[in-house]
Amino acid sequence: MSVTKEQVQERVVEALASFGPDADTITSSATFEELDIDSLDLVELAQIVEDEYGVVLKGEDMKELKTVGDVVELISTRAA
Amino acid sequence: MGDKRRVVITGMGAVTPLGMGTLPLYERWAAGVVGIEDGMGACLEFNPSDHFTVKEARRLDRFSQFGVVASDEAIASAGWNGEKPYDPMRISTILATGIGGISTVETNHDLMRQKGANRISPLGIPMYMPNAGAAAVSMRHGLQGQSFGIVSACTSGAHAIGIAARMIQYGDADAVLAGGAEATLTEFGFACFRAVQALSEIGISRPFDERRDGFVMGEGAGVLMLEEAEAAKARGANIIGEIAGYASTSDAGHLTAPDPTGRPASMALTLAMQDAGVTPEDISYVNAHGTSTDLNDASETLALKLALGEYAYKIPISSTKSTIGHLLGAAGAVEAIATVQALNARVVPPTLGLETPGEGLDLDYVPGQSREMVVVGDGPPVAISNSFAFGGHNVGLIIKGRG
Repeated sequence: MSVTKEQVQERVVEALASFGPDADTITSSATFEELDIDSLDLVELAQIVEDEYGVVLKGEDMKELKTVGDVVELISTRAA
Repeated sequence: MGDKRRVVITGMGAVTPLGMGTLPLYERWAAGVVGIEDGMGACLEFNPSDHFTVKEARRLDRFSQFGVVASDEAIASAGWNGEKPYDPMRISTILATGIGGISTVETNHDLMRQKGANRISPLGIPMYMPNAGAAAVSMRHGLQGQSFGIVSACTSGAHAIGIAARMIQYGDADAVLAGGAEATLTEFGFACFRAVQALSEIGISRPFDERRDGFVMGEGAGVLMLEEAEAAKARGANIIGEIAGYASTSDAGHLTAPDPTGRPASMALTLAMQDAGVTPEDISYVNAHGTSTDLNDASETLALKLALGEYAYKIPISSTKSTIGHLLGAAGAVEAIATVQALNARVVPPTLGLETPGEGLDLDYVPGQSREMVVVGDGPPVAISNSFAFGGHNVGLIIKGRG
């Protein structure tokens, strides 16, 4: 099953929005810091991503991620 | 006793089955309203989105949400107005609970069974740990003194107040936000309490009545703002009462049944009166633990007779659990609030549902409706608030109202 980057973006935004921030603030360039998304949220995001795309994101993967775009890029690459 | 720092109450907050805030707790109870429906005391007026952002709400178990909302009210009613009157490092938080975040445990346990151990939420532990409520309150208001939960089943809330008072008396804190919170109205919570045969089968809370058949489980929170008396006066605080005495003992007997003689429980009350420098003749009201279980109401009656002697027959005694059920770890705190309210209104709220007292229960339990409080002595009115628990824990609090 191939997934487009747009599909991943949509799913990530939906997941992050369920954690609290308004959906329209969750742009590709928005940082997790700006969105008040912390390490606990990112663990939850990783669980969702694994369920959806079978992509396993470890703690060390997540550490490098600063923006929404970063995480979408990583998932899209690995899922491809 | 004279050189002890005194501990005054300057604010209170509550979430109970009678409604949001402390006002309905007093007004509805005194008016004879029962907040129990379908065999439980649920906080039906509580709506998380009225108080929390999405992020806050999904990171707080229901018990912590209750505790935070009650704390917000306690701080607001203390008139802090967003400013802390003391060094934040000298403002403490004790939020007790009997159980902790049981619904979070259940949800995550279900997840583990359904999807596997690696699907448990990272928010599981930080939400269900019994100290989660205390942590949430400390973080929300930047209170940087000691903060922790206290766990002693149904005496938790009373222990929180007693230990908070000691903290202030010893000089470790100038103010303590102290109380209890509980949210156990879940399938598992009911099943567990039913298994231990403590719950009323018919779902009616009628403490001291001959037909009583167990307690009705409730949920909610109560929080008091306690401050050192001189500092509170200096800042012009509205002083609504005083935690004048505290003591606690243990039955060291049965795991769930109270000592049938009532002796260890009575010692908690006697020592608390000594701590406050009062005697039974100074007491105008007793807020009973009064669970509506066969065993508690009998042993509590014996404990009161041992502690108060002939005055046990003269002092009006009523149970808040007759209107809201048993709030477990929050009970002692909510009942301390109800006690302050009764003292300051000079009204003894009733033990609802009580028609015919059980065998040997021959004290004045104020059945049916409120009555005017006859204040004995010249100073501020004084009350005892009792709390007893599974595990054999006993707490006596001596509370003074406004003069």
